[in-house]
Amino acid sequence: MKSVTAENLVKTYRKGAVHALDDLSLDVEEGTVLGVLGPNGAGKTTVVRVLSTLLVPDSGRATVGGIDVVKNPKAVRQIIGLSGQYAAVDETLTGWDNLVMFGQLYHLSAAQARVRATELLAQFSLTDAARRPIKTFSGGMRRRLDLAASLIIRPKVLFLDEPTTGLDPRGRMEMWGVIEDLVREGVTLLLTTQYLEEADQLADDIVVIDRGRVIARGTSDHLKDQVGGERIEIVVAETNIDKAKEIIEKVTHGHATVDYGLRRISVPVLDGTQSLIAVIREFDGAGIHALDLALKRPSLDDVFLSLTGHIAEEVVAEEPGKKKRGART
Amino acid sequence: MNGIKDALVITKRQLLQLTRVPEVLIFNTIQPVMFVLLFRYVFGGLGVGIKGGYVQLLMPGIFVQTVTFTLAATAQGLAQDMEKGLIDRFRSLPIARSALVVGRTLGDGLLNIVVLVVMGLAGYLVGWRPTSGPFHIFLGFLMLLFFGYALSWAGVFAGLMSKDARVVANVSFLFTFPLTFLSNAFASTTSMPRALQYFAEWNPVSTMVAAARQLFGFHNTFGATANSFPSQHPIVASLVYMVVIMAIFIPLSVRRYKSANSR
Repeated sequence: MKSVTAENLVKTYRKGAVHALDDLSLDVEEGTVLGVLGPNGAGKTTVVRVLSTLLVPDSGRATVGGIDVVKNPKAVRQIIGLSGQYAAVDETLTGWDNLVMFGQLYHLSAAQARVRATELLAQFSLTDAARRPIKTFSGGMRRRLDLAASLIIRPKVLFLDEPTTGLDPRGRMEMWGVIEDLVREGVTLLLTTQYLEEADQLADDIVVIDRGRVIARGTSDHLKDQVGGERIEIVVAETNIDKAKEIIEKVTHGHATVDYGLRRISVPVLDGTQSLIAVIREFDGAGIHALDLALKRPSLDDVFLSLTGHIAEEVVAEEPGKKKRGART
Repeated sequence: MNGIKDALVITKRQLLQLTRVPEVLIFNTIQPVMFVLLFRYVFGGLGVGIKGGYVQLLMPGIFVQTVTFTLAATAQGLAQDMEKGLIDRFRSLPIARSALVVGRTLGDGLLNIVVLVVMGLAGYLVGWRPTSGPFHIFLGFLMLLFFGYALSWAGVFAGLMSKDARVVANVSFLFTFPLTFLSNAFASTTSMPRALQYFAEWNPVSTMVAAARQLFGFHNTFGATANSFPSQHPIVASLVYMVVIMAIFIPLSVRRYKSANSR
């Protein structure tokens, strides 16, 4: 069963001059995770805002849990959780205050709201910080609290808009762990991200969007194949280039390209680290010293380049009166 | 009803904020008390010939000025919620669309009760003695509260239009500050240039000040030269102003909130 559907969504700004959503369709199977991947301005936030009833599309139809988001937004709000790019919690209040308040706004009794707040704080490792004002929280803690606030009613469908943008690597890892736990519990999740790595890690299915349109859809393996998967890049001393190339091609069974100026040999591989280790071993045997070596994973830019033929541009589809800061969509 | 319950949760949030950041409440009461003391002793000499002295006319003026500033407080509070993206969260909750703004205006109203009580006591200490009896004094304060509440809705609209809390607070202040001075609150309008005099007499702040003076038992000697309707019937005029302000800004605000794009 489809938990989320979007059919031919269109949303324009500035009297049609800016197409934030341009005939965009997608769906999410119940209990799965869909990653919506795209650069700034691609329409990611706009699609989340439509699906979470914050924005009415110009045309097209969308349902969440089988309920039409335009015709019956209030019923949709009963079954969704939303966590945006910015931690939307009251910073002067404590984590505890926030969760109890949002619990009461979800119409839990005061006692139920307190019980739920205690549970969520424990689940997100925030129990120790519960009585501190949010102002004193780190970025990662704020995001986790924000996510906790969106889980108060155990939503059937969860929307996470760039959950790790702006977090440091540690905060990102923590957030991933938290999201993976939720996924294991079977929540239906639509998450947007600018990072292929993140979509790869968390999503069952990925749609790539650009300029308000879906330009590719599939599993991350499927997309990577389209891009060409991983590459090994090795830099060696000038005298060793030809010998090194020979070894690399033998080990990886791939066609290596050589940049003589940079003394860099590059080859596509299927099992990245395995091939890299094998190559290094052979190099050792042959007495070749690698000056630099890297396993290059396809980045969002690579995906874009191969799918659209253009580099991911920052087309900020500005909403009326919206600030340019932290371009989002 | 759920809508009211939701609004009250928001009001509670604001009260909770005051306990977490008590400086806000302290500053909110110190400032008007400071005004009471400054005006009482700096301009006290103006009241020569006024029965009971200048302070009798001054206190209603300062009361009205203080509740007028509610506009800026409400605007700033909502703009902050816009700025932090909180509005998006509230809008994605299964609550009445009016809850956030109604809760906010109620919270600012409650804060005004505290502030008015503290100011009233400060006024009493510096010689303010209302003569109209408890019932009329109560009516006077009630009307002041509602005046602040009505203006709070203009603040809601201003707050939802903006995305920068500091800017909207400054703009609201730039708007309300002259409004409270181009009035009969602190000095007689009769000494103003003719054009300003007309403005001052029709200014809702003036009518509210005159109404409060009347309810506290003092003849409003600061104005009423043009014999305009508002200066003749300040209580009626003030009530009409409050209704008009709310009739304009409540629908505008609720509409604006529905399509609000925070951030």
